[in-house]
Amino acid sequence: MAYLAVGVAVFAITAIGFVLISIIINHLLAPRRVTPLKVEPYECGEKVVGDARIRFDMRFYIIALAFIIFEAEVVFFFPWAVVLKRLRYLAFFDMLVFLIILVVGLYYIWKRGDLKWVKTPVR
Amino acid sequence: MDQLTKLFYSLGLSPYYGIFVAAFLLAVIILAFALLYEGVATYVERKVAGDIQSRIGPNRVGPYGTLQWLADGVKLFLKEDFIPAQADKLIFRIAPYFVFVGSFLPFAALPLWDRFVPVPMNIGLLYIIAVTAMVTPGIVLAGWGSNNKWALLGGMRSAAQLISYEVPNAVALLIPVLIAGTLNLDEIVRAQGGGGGILRWFIFHDPFSFMAFFIFFTAGLAECNRTPFDLPEAESELVAGYSVEYSAIRYAFFYMGEYGDMFIISAMASAAFLGGWQLPLIDPLVKIGWLKAVLQLGIFLTKTLLLVLVMMWIRWTFPRLRVDQLMELSWKRLLPIALFLLMGAALWTVVFHGKGIYDLIVG
Repeated sequence: MAYLAVGVAVFAITAIGFVLISIIINHLLAPRRVTPLKVEPYECGEKVVGDARIRFDMRFYIIALAFIIFEAEVVFFFPWAVVLKRLRYLAFFDMLVFLIILVVGLYYIWKRGDLKWVKTPVR
Repeated sequence: MDQLTKLFYSLGLSPYYGIFVAAFLLAVIILAFALLYEGVATYVERKVAGDIQSRIGPNRVGPYGTLQWLADGVKLFLKEDFIPAQADKLIFRIAPYFVFVGSFLPFAALPLWDRFVPVPMNIGLLYIIAVTAMVTPGIVLAGWGSNNKWALLGGMRSAAQLISYEVPNAVALLIPVLIAGTLNLDEIVRAQGGGGGILRWFIFHDPFSFMAFFIFFTAGLAECNRTPFDLPEAESELVAGYSVEYSAIRYAFFYMGEYGDMFIISAMASAAFLGGWQLPLIDPLVKIGWLKAVLQLGIFLTKTLLLVLVMMWIRWTFPRLRVDQLMELSWKRLLPIALFLLMGAALWTVVFHGKGIYDLIVG
């Protein structure tokens, strides 16, 4: 347990330190010539039109919701997969019932058209 | 890490400091290896691209251009690193940390040779899935913080893609877990040894795990934003996607993150499906401890780097998917197939007491 906590912490700090040091070295070595045109957002050389803080399509959020549901399900699968060989049929059928409920959910959002990326306009 | 701590203890260093020294030493060695790999991989990628497209590729710096990656690295340090005036400065600065740390942390849990994992942990596989997910917020932050329309579109697409492919990826990885009955990567690799040679590898365990390998690898390609799933940085439509406003070394971290992810996905595929450091005849023939460890490390790296090469090969062979095809491939094809394979593998494990095809035939 101590190995895990210390090891991961030290690895993370080493990586963060490496990024920080590289950026500092970059700042020391590189020239700094800031011109107003250079710090403009890049839009293929055209004049910048408006702000990038635009409204975004709903479908991204629906995908995110579906992801959260399925990722939570995968988290439940992990302990089950570890003990399956010992619990055998009991665990298998338990998980089958759980999975069927989820597949019904997947079927529902599939039929609702939430998984379709190109939406045909509703008439 | 535990072995190293014990070694320091026998040399007279108290375990309280020894554990930190051992962890730091390993972190630095692995960081050096990761950087070396990421540098050489960019060179190899360009050479492979050149070969496939009947070009020469880099050939100016050093013999056959082999020092090109070093020159590129030095160049990135010498370039001006500027932040766009409209950008959200804090978010813009934080994003590379997420991407790089998320691609470096999984190296801590790779099973390098028999009974050696840099940071010993019994949840290695879950840990790798968890920390690689850190790349996603990094990319979203980069896209949002740049305050640039290309970057925002790239970041959002990337987020949608990464989370969509995360699910089939993780479900396919569950199959080796339920065959081995453990999340410890070292034990998973050890379970693939013994009589029967490569037929003991989990990819040949049963038909379901065989297909699961390909599901995992396909979803893995999408996880590290490689062609045919490189929509977030599709040059022809989004310029450079989420990294468009980044320059100099900050930009390099996104690419290091991508190549690091490729290594991690390949290492996971080779550890969980292709037997990791296992190779027939190594166990009975080689008796010297350290020689065996070196050979096993070499075998593991060879398998992993071959898979990385396959990823490069795929990149320069297939055209890019459309964004709607991408989403539908994940949710309507890979996910149902992965769930079916999971249940099939579970049934196989339950009915045959966890025996593979080889065990069933030989008895």
